[in-house]
Order: sequence, then C-alpha cells, then structure tokens
Amino acid sequence: MNRSIKRRSFLGGIMAGAGALVLSGCAKVAETRIGASLIGSADDWHKRAHRLAGGRAALAREFDKSDLSPFFRGNGSTDVDTDAYRAAAEEGFANWKLRVSGLVEQELSLSLDDLRALPQRTQITRHDCVEGWSAIGEWTGPQLSRILEMARLKPEANYIVFRCADTLSGSRYYESVDMVDAFHPQTVIAHSLNGEPLPVQNGAPLRVRIERQLGYKHAKYLTGIEAVASLDDIGDGKGGYWEDRSGYQWYAGI
Amino acid sequence: MSKTNKKHALTTRLWHWLNVICVIILFMSGLNISNAHPRLYWGEWGFAPEHAWLFVPRFPGWMTIPDYYSLAVARDWHVLMAWPFALGLLFMWVSMIINGHFWRDLRTTRSEWRPAAIWKDIVDHLRLKFEHEGVKFNFLQKLAYGSVLGILLPGMVITGMAISPGMDAAWPILTEMFGGRQSARSIHFLFAWGLFGFFVIHIVLVLLSNPLRQLRDMITGGKA
Repeated sequence: MNRSIKRRSFLGGIMAGAGALVLSGCAKVAETRIGASLIGSADDWHKRAHRLAGGRAALAREFDKSDLSPFFRGNGSTDVDTDAYRAAAEEGFANWKLRVSGLVEQELSLSLDDLRALPQRTQITRHDCVEGWSAIGEWTGPQLSRILEMARLKPEANYIVFRCADTLSGSRYYESVDMVDAFHPQTVIAHSLNGEPLPVQNGAPLRVRIERQLGYKHAKYLTGIEAVASLDDIGDGKGGYWEDRSGYQWYAGI
Repeated sequence: MSKTNKKHALTTRLWHWLNVICVIILFMSGLNISNAHPRLYWGEWGFAPEHAWLFVPRFPGWMTIPDYYSLAVARDWHVLMAWPFALGLLFMWVSMIINGHFWRDLRTTRSEWRPAAIWKDIVDHLRLKFEHEGVKFNFLQKLAYGSVLGILLPGMVITGMAISPGMDAAWPILTEMFGGRQSARSIHFLFAWGLFGFFVIHIVLVLLSNPLRQLRDMITGGKA
C-alpha cells in the first residue's frame, strides 16, 4: 500500500469516526448540566428574539377565504373516549361549561351561548403542526382577553392553563401560555371552524387558538381556563401534555 | 485584520470549524425532523399525500440525531444549533467584507464567465490539476464557495426563520417571499441537500489535493 492511499484511508476513517462521534458526543453533551440547560433555554432565546423582532403584539398573518385548505386535518386526540363526552356531543354540547378559575377575583362558568353572546372575532389563519404540515382554517370565537377581563386576574397570575376533556396515552391533555399570548388579540376561544360548529376531530365544542405558536399549544375539548402563578405544580411541571411527555419546547413559536 | 501572510485568516478558520459542527448537527437532527412528516408541499399549506410534490424516504437512525426517532430531542438540537450557525455566518460575512477576502478572492470576474475559460477549468479539475497561479481560487472554487456562502447557508437561515410561526408573525415578508410556509420548508430541505452535495465534493477534492496539508492549513493558517 503506498503512502498516499494509506493516508486517504486514514482520513476516511477519521471522517466515518467523526459521524459516530457527533452522535455519541451530542448524547453526552445533552446529559451534562450545562448541555441540558443550554438545550432547555434555547426556546426562550427564540421567544425573546421573536418578540424583539415583531413586538409582543405582532399579528399572525390572516388569509382570505380563497386560501382555505379544502379540509382541516385532525391530529393528536381526534375524539374523547368517555360516556360523558358522547352524551354531551349528542345534545349538541348544550350543557357544556367552560370554567374560569384559579387566581381570579370572579370565577366563571360559561356556556356556549354565553361565549357566543360575547363580541366575536373571526380570523383565517394557518395552523402549523410541529411535525411540519400546515392547514388554513377560519376560526370564530370570543377573545380570551375579554374573558380574563370578566374574571379579573389577580396580580400574581403569570400563566393561563387550558384544561381539556381528552386523554392521550392515559394522561389528561393540558397546555399553558404566558400573559403576552393570553392577551394577544388573536388568542380566541374558538367554537366554529369554517363557519360551522367545531367538528369533533378539531376539538368540539371549544378550542383555544394561539396563532403564533405550533399546533400542540392549541388545546382542544376545552373544559377550563385556570390562572396560575407557576407551572411547577401542574402536570409534571413543564407546562403542557407534550412538554411533560416528550420534552417538546414550551415556547412553540419555532 | 491581521496583515500576516497566512493562507487562511484566523476568522475564516474559526468560522470554518464552528460551521462544520453546526452544519453536521443541524443536518443530522434535520433528518430526524424530516421523519416526523416525510412529505413536501408547495404554497402555504399542505398535509395530505395528494398535496405533496415529494415523498421523502425515511432516514435510518445512523443518519440522525438522536439515533432513534424523537422529534422533541431533534428539535432541541436544531433550535439550539441554529443560533451559533446563524450568528457564525453573520460573523464570517462581516469578517470577509472587512478583511477583503470576499472582494479579493471570491468575487468572479467577467473574463472568468467566458465558456472557454469555464471549460478549461472543468478540464483542469477532471485532470486533478489544482495549481493555479496568481489568484487564490479558480473559477469553479469561487462559484462553489460563493454560492455556499452567499446562497445556500444564508438560505438555510432565512427559510428556517420563514417556517417558524413566531417569525412569520414578526416578519411575514420572510415567509411570503418564498410563496408560503410549505414552499419555504421545501426549499429548506432542498438547500440542506445542496449543502450535503457541496460537503461531499469539498471532502473529495481535499482528499485528492494533499489532504494533510490542507487540514493543517485550515487549523494553523498555513502560508499564503
């Protein structure tokens, strides 16, 4: 074997080894405290950058009716497997209640009629799933800010937690946002999709829209809105079902 | 900038190796993310097979970070490494403009674009004749490095930002200029493979042209 071939196979070995090294290196770094804290805070840097770039009140783009996708994909939970939910669906959710509780001066229990009686916002927006796909739909409902003003938040409330009727792999779904997104004008409690009552697969009868974040923040089958000071004692403490279960980023604007 | 007669400026060398780490981790975690929804679409929306223009193969564990399917862990690496990747690229561009590397070495001249000159360059490459006098890079090198630094790498950053719903709200022009989020996602994917193509050719040409010296020069700077 001549020298240059030896040299080449030596370098080839380095290259192949480098790939394996990157893999095991990444796994090792993720296990260290610094590595884990870097990875854990990267979503927060993105959140700050996004809010710096566009302002806290930047609006997600809204589209025209001609941009609507032909149908709206249902993903994650596409039904709620309880007798109570089936019975509620049977009667058109006439007795469904959205409970507003936690750090509020005035607890509320709102029916669909109560929610429809509030000023409504209709918006055609693009829904982006963490997996990569997108769909465009028209959502209608009252703004969350309006409901929170009715309930009057206590000053120590820092987050809004969304309670849901559905369970996935044995755990109850929930999600949370900070006050910037809770009071964002496009954050609505939607009862309609494309002019019709929400279909079951899209979260009937109520689903929150967090338009500047990915789909898993848009909790379906809403039963309650809870104002809390900290997310530590909710679920496993990471702020949402997928955050707890798989380690998805709490800030899902990326 | 230092006026010493190094072949590669210190800023170039620092960026080169930082970028190697970023690109490898971003590429391999990106393949894991691709596995979450291996279809590509054009326009703003797309979710069903009948909307897709490309069905992407599933990438095996040895190609991905982590080496098992995890969208959450892959996204953690991807959004973390996006920072040094994007800021490093900005640093390299500022350095290249300040130290004259871009104007002196990467800019192509009109005479280099003559078909005969391009043909001669291709023939020289195929004959593995890599010496060129006077200028640092030949035309094909300028074209390759120029399009990687000027199109593919910044394209990855911009399409990446365009896919993000938070950035779309902040700077909608980013998403609109690609014709929608799914188009930006498709271009993100195509550019990633364009970079992979450059990576392979780059490594092969280094291996064919005194690789140990090349490697050493990209670390120590070498002689101009």
